[in-house]
Amino acid sequence: MKFVDEFRDPRLIRQASDEIRRLADPSRHYRIMEVCGGHTHAIYRFALADLLPPNIELVHGPGCPVCVLPMGRIDEALSLVDEQQAIFTTFGDVMRVPGRHGSPLERKARGADIRMVYSPLDALKIAREHPDRHVVFFAIGFETTAPSTALTLKRARQLGVSNFSVFSNHVTIVPAIRAILDSPDMRLDAFIGPGHVSTVIGARPYSFIARDYAKPVVISGFEPIDLLQSIVMILRQFRDHRADVENQYQRTVPWEGNLPALRALAEVFELRPYFEWRGLGFISQSALKLRRDYAPWDTEARFEMAAVRVTDPNAAQCGEVLKGVLKPHQCKLFGRECTPERPVGALMVSSEGACAAYFNYVHRRAAAAV
Amino acid sequence: MTTVALPRSSAFTDAVIDMAHGAGGKASRRLIEGLIVPATMAGVAGEGLGDAACLTVGTARLAITTDSFVVRPLRFPGGSIGELAVNGTVNDLAVSGALPVALVCSLIVEAGLATDVLRTEMTAIGVAASRAGVLVVGGDTKVVEHGKADGMYITTTGLGQVDPRTALSVAAVRPGDSILISGHIGDHGVTVLLARGEVDLTANLRSDTRSVYPLVRALVDAVGPDVRWMRDPTRGGLATSLNELARDCGLAIVLEEDAVPVRDEVRGACELLGLDPLHIANEGQFVAVVAAESASRALDALRRVPGGDSASMIGRVEVAPARTVLAVAPYGGTRVVDMLVGDPLPRIC
Repeated sequence: MKFVDEFRDPRLIRQASDEIRRLADPSRHYRIMEVCGGHTHAIYRFALADLLPPNIELVHGPGCPVCVLPMGRIDEALSLVDEQQAIFTTFGDVMRVPGRHGSPLERKARGADIRMVYSPLDALKIAREHPDRHVVFFAIGFETTAPSTALTLKRARQLGVSNFSVFSNHVTIVPAIRAILDSPDMRLDAFIGPGHVSTVIGARPYSFIARDYAKPVVISGFEPIDLLQSIVMILRQFRDHRADVENQYQRTVPWEGNLPALRALAEVFELRPYFEWRGLGFISQSALKLRRDYAPWDTEARFEMAAVRVTDPNAAQCGEVLKGVLKPHQCKLFGRECTPERPVGALMVSSEGACAAYFNYVHRRAAAAV
Repeated sequence: MTTVALPRSSAFTDAVIDMAHGAGGKASRRLIEGLIVPATMAGVAGEGLGDAACLTVGTARLAITTDSFVVRPLRFPGGSIGELAVNGTVNDLAVSGALPVALVCSLIVEAGLATDVLRTEMTAIGVAASRAGVLVVGGDTKVVEHGKADGMYITTTGLGQVDPRTALSVAAVRPGDSILISGHIGDHGVTVLLARGEVDLTANLRSDTRSVYPLVRALVDAVGPDVRWMRDPTRGGLATSLNELARDCGLAIVLEEDAVPVRDEVRGACELLGLDPLHIANEGQFVAVVAAESASRALDALRRVPGGDSASMIGRVEVAPARTVLAVAPYGGTRVVDMLVGDPLPRIC
């Protein structure tokens, strides 16, 4: 298949793997964080760890929007379904996130009007088809998905659709990376930079990582060749004693980002003073809320919402896994109380979550090998 | 579908039935093994959940199975609910080593359904039954209030005659055996997903719904009892069928990822939506475990049957890791292939 098979060519993959073995200094250990959940998924899906020498350790980062969503947000949004008879719309990933009274998927099966959409524009379409009902779009994602929410809001305003609002859970990636870098238990050597987010924000926002923290960053694509080549580029930086931001994913990521998308974001959203990240706590200026101009389409401005705070179960160690301090299987609940089928923590919900990826692709093999 | 009690299943404790319990994956299995089988089939001896139950009545060896069809939309490229209702049950019989003989067919129809729609589906049932060589010998019709049945639901129950040359059993599966698939996987599931119109994608794809009996027959004619086990990988896809096999036989199933036939249209849709073709439903394929020494003869036989030209050898049975399905990529990476959890949901980014 075009544009896929070229990046999964076994010969090139083996060459890249050989190059990594040549470049890796056997006398040291490398801890490389892949920030993006899409990378985490790809690393497990393609079993890339099998192609790396044992002294290269991939640490899974916080770039999975479902995983960092605080538990209370789902409950808040679902309360509108009960109180306003609203239609709740969201992406597939959110459907299995457990709330206090069940996940959206469970609530749907019991009769709540909850609909999975593939684009926020579909949610707006539902609102236009049901003028007598309020339609909430539960928006989630980094800068990857935020522009499509922004364009949808612009469209809603243009069309004067009054029965539509967005419950924004959009977050921004850079403050999260900074929080991890500043965390006292952080022990990382380099970053595989997010691919999809960078198609929007470009490569420049990562320059502080190289400049202030002296850590290499390589923005990567999602295919096996992309990820291996990115690791090669990181190891070359170590060999040459450099710390730079480099762009492996040039076919998609422009250095300056996607300017029309960035303009749309700036027009519709502003930074929240702070936002809670599951597992990481409150991070300042790390999330997007709608600007005052868009208040009529802002679920939080429009409806009185009890700020629900639900703390994670005590035994769940999502935060440690999110920061890369623990491996998924080192959590006390992993594979016992917490499985993809009955997730306790959000890392087990999304296929991009480190725990779900580890459980689905590695866990039983590792267990059987012991 | 059906049969028979397993040892060591834990009680089902979920408070409410959710969609995932019907999606054919892990949750379905927990429900069936933890609640339905213990309550209804206590004392029935057997070796696992097969596609049909085989029993001896007098001197005859018979296979019996039942399946309900709740597909939405009712029609999709390549087929419709009526055709599925025949082929699905025929295939459950075929992969149990039986010649499909007769079906009974129950309808649950929603008030307000256009008669033309019902007529079209009844014609589809008639045509599919005659094509599959089975008789529809009876049925039942109920009408429920509008809004309660997505147009119509169909349940078919099938009776088959077990081919005495077969000795299908999960206990017969041995390390070294070969895994064969009858053709491309994922066509049906992706076709229906796209036909729902919720994803703004189009592809030149058709459901693979068909009777697999001619293929099964050719396989049994060619290698007889060297066919150890068969299953039609419907909901939950090939991954779920093979995980059930791995679990029931206590061995490892190792797939050569590149050898599994998947059309580019299916791969493309799955790549875009973040789905795995191994989890996507099929309605006209079966997977078989065949003794290694007979595998190439079996494959030749399948490929000679019209519609069997893309049959492939996709992997083998190994000792370890026990009860696990692995997929080996052509560059050497190995991943675990798990059962589907719930319905496949597209990823956002």
